[in-house]
Amino acid sequence: MRRRDFLAGLAGTLALPAAFADDDALDPAAAKFAKGAPVRKGRVKVTLPQLADNGNSVPIGIVVDSPMTVVDHVKSIHLFSERNPVSNMANFYLGPRAGKAEINSRVRLAGSQKVTAVAALSDGTYWYDSAPIVVTLSACLDES
Amino acid sequence: MAARIQIPASAKKGEVVEVRVLIQHPMETGYRRDDVGHLIKRNVITSLSCRYDGVEVFRADLSSGIAANPYVQFYTVAEKSGELEFTWIDDEGKQGSERAPIQVT
Repeated sequence: MRRRDFLAGLAGTLALPAAFADDDALDPAAAKFAKGAPVRKGRVKVTLPQLADNGNSVPIGIVVDSPMTVVDHVKSIHLFSERNPVSNMANFYLGPRAGKAEINSRVRLAGSQKVTAVAALSDGTYWYDSAPIVVTLSACLDES
Repeated sequence: MAARIQIPASAKKGEVVEVRVLIQHPMETGYRRDDVGHLIKRNVITSLSCRYDGVEVFRADLSSGIAANPYVQFYTVAEKSGELEFTWIDDEGKQGSERAPIQVT
């Protein structure tokens, strides 16, 4: 093998951790939550920093594209983590009186992973978005 | 359990106002051990709700996946002058509440 090919191959394997390989796949915990109903990608936007030095407190923002009227609004937003011991991190229940479907909070993350937000709409449909994050020091749950 | 609520003191009718809640709470995960190796019991705020003049406008189920001193920001429509009442409860059954008045013109 030529040195150039070897280096190119090496760079390729290092660039993407396996966890981010299938970026578009739905988190199994989120799929389970929807009880078989289709969860489509879109309408939801998750904002996470790309890198967190410390997983103990990571700012997260969720925005859902919805007019928030009585007939068409977001009923709830659910947050899922791939690697936390409790995968369902939080559930937020909104209604037409929210005016705007936007939530900001801070989460704990046990390691680099993909965070998924699922929105349940008043018309019965589910939408999701996910965002990858690299956590250098994960929230402590190891026995130390 | 002290909490800090930030909402605008006054708003126009129908305006979407930002509500920020910060509660002082350790949100103990239940996975940490103390100095002698015993697991520290889980103690997190499991439920947080916001009522606007008695009507629930926001509710959240939290878990150990939410950072210590939980912070939540959401929005609500200013309907009429009144009070926003926040209540929460943790695993130990301790309840907390806080009120914030809003003037709607």
